[in-house]
Amino acid sequence: MAKRSLPPKSLAIPKAATGITGLDEITGGGFPAGRPTLLSGSAGAGKTMLATEFLIRGAMEYGEPGVFVMFEENSEELTANVRSLGFDLKKLVAQKLLVLDHVHIERSEIEETGEYDLEGLFIRLGHAIDSIGAKRVVLDTLEALFAGLPTHAILRAELRRLFRWLKERGITALVTGETGENSLTRYGLEEYVADCVITLDHRVNGQISTRRLRVVKYRGSAHGTNEYPFLIGERGISVLPITSLRLDHHAPTERVSTGIAGLDEMLGGKGVFRGASVLVSGAPGTGKSSIGASFVDAACRRGERAILFAYEESAEQILRNMRSIGMDLAPWIKKGLLQIHASRPTLQGLEQHLLSMHEAVSSFQPKVVTVDPISNLVLSRSEEEVKPTLMRLIDHLKQEQITTVFTSLTTGSGSASPEDSQVGVSSLMDTWLLLRNHEQNGERNRTIYVLKARGMSHSNQVREFLLNDDGISLVDVYLGEEGVLTGSSRTAQEAKEKAAGQRQRQDHARRLRQFEVRRKAIESQIASLQAELESGVAELDFSVAEEASRIDTARQNSADMAVRRGGGARPAPGPETKGKR
Amino acid sequence: MKDSKASSKSGSNATVPAYQLRLYVAGQTAKSLTAFQNLKRICETHLAGQYRIELIDLLKTPQLAAGDQILAVPTLVRRLPEPIKKIIGDLSNEERVLVGLDVQPIQD
Repeated sequence: MAKRSLPPKSLAIPKAATGITGLDEITGGGFPAGRPTLLSGSAGAGKTMLATEFLIRGAMEYGEPGVFVMFEENSEELTANVRSLGFDLKKLVAQKLLVLDHVHIERSEIEETGEYDLEGLFIRLGHAIDSIGAKRVVLDTLEALFAGLPTHAILRAELRRLFRWLKERGITALVTGETGENSLTRYGLEEYVADCVITLDHRVNGQISTRRLRVVKYRGSAHGTNEYPFLIGERGISVLPITSLRLDHHAPTERVSTGIAGLDEMLGGKGVFRGASVLVSGAPGTGKSSIGASFVDAACRRGERAILFAYEESAEQILRNMRSIGMDLAPWIKKGLLQIHASRPTLQGLEQHLLSMHEAVSSFQPKVVTVDPISNLVLSRSEEEVKPTLMRLIDHLKQEQITTVFTSLTTGSGSASPEDSQVGVSSLMDTWLLLRNHEQNGERNRTIYVLKARGMSHSNQVREFLLNDDGISLVDVYLGEEGVLTGSSRTAQEAKEKAAGQRQRQDHARRLRQFEVRRKAIESQIASLQAELESGVAELDFSVAEEASRIDTARQNSADMAVRRGGGARPAPGPETKGKR
Repeated sequence: MKDSKASSKSGSNATVPAYQLRLYVAGQTAKSLTAFQNLKRICETHLAGQYRIELIDLLKTPQLAAGDQILAVPTLVRRLPEPIKKIIGDLSNEERVLVGLDVQPIQD
């Protein structure tokens, strides 16, 4: 199994892992160890948060205590701010894993009266580092020095000295700076911190804000060069990298039931592949959410965990609606097999949504995920923007072999073919189920067909599907002379056929009976003729015998008479002359 | 606190000098020595009898740098009278020092 791995250590420079989700992947292992890294960004972009998390994780997870030199906030403020990320700075300070040093520079207090240097800062920093054996230092933000100290020439010289000093001691430093008009930082910090530069961006696009991160430069290491969206969430920062730049995820052959027997049959008899991505699209009211929920229900029945991401209805509403078709999801939630995450699509940008999904999936480890619907999320975006981000999510899910169902609303069933509106997204999907409402004879009935199912033979039939109190079921659609019949026309037709069939059977039975009767009649005729024949034969025999006897008697009589008349006269030769007396 | 040199005309230790000054240095560098020399001279000239200088060597006691927020060296901190004033540099610019200490120069 080809392992997707970071570049082997011997080839790349040593790195200090950040422990921040996704950042280590982008930077190929973390920030350069023993060297300074510049973190630039506009106000509120998240620099301090990232720097803090870098230190905290370094101390807690990698055994590298750190010093946080803050020039703007004080330690109380910082502690309060990062508590929202779930980090307890006070505890870390008490455990001597972290030192928070607030350096306050008040311009009005300072009067310059001659030559000086910043040895005081060095001493303070050195003291803090030595007190806990720190290997990481954050300077947030050095630009306060520029604002506080009047002579920048001295300051710049000292900064150069500072970074040399840090490098000599093998400290991995993280320096924050605000983005300048034309340069990476307002005061040109990038001159001194040239080994690794990362920018954070916080922009608003169509009323929705997205945060992005980009590795501008990284000397001595390969790195992801794109902009990556990131999220400041409840457990720190998460960056969403494209986890598979190569398409090398596995293709499991196990099949997973959709929860609807008829649908499983349409899909080669067994359902979809595990790890497949399924798109269920259709006009409003066609039953997409029900199918999505059915997948999830089936997974829970198998004892697997599942997550349902809902972007239109609340969790309660979904439970109620599914109960009406006989699907009770509440017990699965109680058992801890199902999680329903409902949120408004306009709450955050598409990338942030995907990141939250990412996080939820990583922490809950489900086997089946349903996103219902995905069309809301991609509302204000063009296809070029949506596709890469969706691709990231799908890639990640495939890597984990999680079967995913996306429902998508298509506009109307009339004018444009529903297939057109989904072309971009559909190429990422392995299986595409199209739901359509079929209108005829004054009623609309639901139909479903499998537009594509990669890797398996699937039915090309349009089938009607019913949602009623005991669940979802699929029925064969009737193809009559007028075309496809669904709903009550179908039931009418079926009834007609049934009646016709019955009549035919009755006819047949009747004919059989008739034939039987005739056969009996003929047989009896034969019997009587036979009897006649026999009697005729008997009579004939009798006649023949009688005639013979008569001839015999006549001769006898004649002979007798001849004898009586007295001899001489010879009897007339008769045929019995031979015969003696 | 190491070398504490108190200089007061009157020998009474009961009077607390009006000006409490602390000079932070980092070892015996040229700048530190210059600063100290300058400071002594300025104080003798303009604050005779009313000052007290403390010399703090940060190389020996680094933890004290945090208390007074010392970044630059040498730094002169006027602790009394309030408010606290900080003057950075080797104190060669006498005018600036006096402005910084908020001391009226004594015209000789």
